[in-house]
Amino acid sequence: MTPTRKRRLIAVALILGAVGIATALTVFALQQNMTYLYTPSEILAGKVPEGARFRIGGMVKDQSIERGQSLTVAFVVTDGDGDMRVEYEGILPDLFREKQSVIATGSMQGDRFVATEVLAKHDENYVPRDVAEAMGKAHAKHVKPKE
Amino acid sequence: MNKLTLWFHTLGSPPYFHRLAGRLAPWLFAGAVLFAAAGLYGGLVVAPPDYQQSDAYRIIFVHVPSAWMSLFIYFVMAVNAFIALVWRIKLAEVLAMACAPIGAAFTVITLATGAIWGKPMWGTWWTWDARLTSELVLLFLYLGVIGLYQAIEDRRQAARAAAFLALIGIVNVPIVHFSVKWWNTLHQGSTVRLLGPSAIDASMLWPLLLVALATKLWFVASLLVRARVELLALEGGKEWARAEAQRAEGTP
Repeated sequence: MTPTRKRRLIAVALILGAVGIATALTVFALQQNMTYLYTPSEILAGKVPEGARFRIGGMVKDQSIERGQSLTVAFVVTDGDGDMRVEYEGILPDLFREKQSVIATGSMQGDRFVATEVLAKHDENYVPRDVAEAMGKAHAKHVKPKE
Repeated sequence: MNKLTLWFHTLGSPPYFHRLAGRLAPWLFAGAVLFAAAGLYGGLVVAPPDYQQSDAYRIIFVHVPSAWMSLFIYFVMAVNAFIALVWRIKLAEVLAMACAPIGAAFTVITLATGAIWGKPMWGTWWTWDARLTSELVLLFLYLGVIGLYQAIEDRRQAARAAAFLALIGIVNVPIVHFSVKWWNTLHQGSTVRLLGPSAIDASMLWPLLLVALATKLWFVASLLVRARVELLALEGGKEWARAEAQRAEGTP
C-alpha cells in the first residue's frame, strides 16, 4: 500500500469511527428518552406526566370488549401486571381482537384512557390457518381433561 | 502478485468489466424473472392463508425482500464508496453511484407496500415509530447521494463527494435493522432469522426466499447494466469505448 492510500485509509477509518461513536451515543440516549408507548403498569406507577397525550400499549384482555352505541367500544389493556380501561369511538383495525396487542393514542380522563386512535400491533408469527386450528385443537385436548 | 489480486486488477479495468458485464447481465435478468415468477406464484397462489390476517399477509412476499434489498444495496454502495475513497478506483466510484437509484427504488417499494399493509392491519398508513422513521431516513440518504452526484459538474469529483455521504450514511443501516429491538415500535420484530428458527411456517417461507433471490439477481443485473452505461460515458474519448461503439453500430 502506498503512503497516500494509507493516509486516506486512516482518514476515512477515523471519520467513520467518529460518526459511528456519535451515532451509538445518540441511539443510547434516545433509548431512554424516546418512548413510543407506555404500558398500563407504567401509567399506574405515575410515569406519564399529567394531562399529556401519549400512547398506551399492551394486550386486549380476554372478554373485556364492551360494544356500546354505534361505534363506541371499551376494552381493558393489560401488560400482565397492570390493567387500564380504554374507551374509543371509531373504526377498529382488522387485527383488533381479544388477546391481541394494541397501541392506542389519547389521554387520561380520570382513571380511564380515552383514545382518539387505536392501532393493532401484529406479531412476527406467520402460521397457516389449518396449522393454527390443528395446534388449537391439540392444545385444547391437553388442557381440557383436567377440568 | 498472486492470482486473486491480479483478477481484481483485471476486473477493475473498464474495457474488461464492460465486456464481462455485458455477457452476464442477460443471464442474471433471466434468472431474476424466473425466480420472481416462481416465488410470486408460490406466495400468491400456493402458500396457505395466515391464521390471523388470511390473504392480506401476502404482501410480505414483496415487502420483506424489498426491505432486505434496501439495506443490502446500501451496504454494497458503502463498500464501493470506501474503495473509491481510499484507492480511487474508477470502477468502484461508478458501481457505488449506480447502486443509489436501485436502492432508492427498493426503499420506495418497501415504504409503499408497508403503508398499504399498515392501513387495514394496524389501522394507519404511517406512524413515526423507530423502524418506519429510520427506513424513511434511508430513502433520504439514497436521494441525497443521487442529488449530490448530480449537483457537481466534474463526474469524478461528484462521485467522490457522494461516496463520502454514502459511507457516512452506513451508520443508519444497523439502526434500521435493530430498531425493532432497541425501541418499542408498532412494527413487528424480524420474522425470518439467520440464527435460530424463523417465526414463519415453512410453507410460507420458501416463496419468500425465492423472491429474495430474484431481487438479488435483479439488483446485480441492473447494477451491471447501469455501470456499463456510466463507464462508456466516462471513458467516451478512449480507444476501447470508440471500438465498442463502432462494434455496436456494425461498422468495422
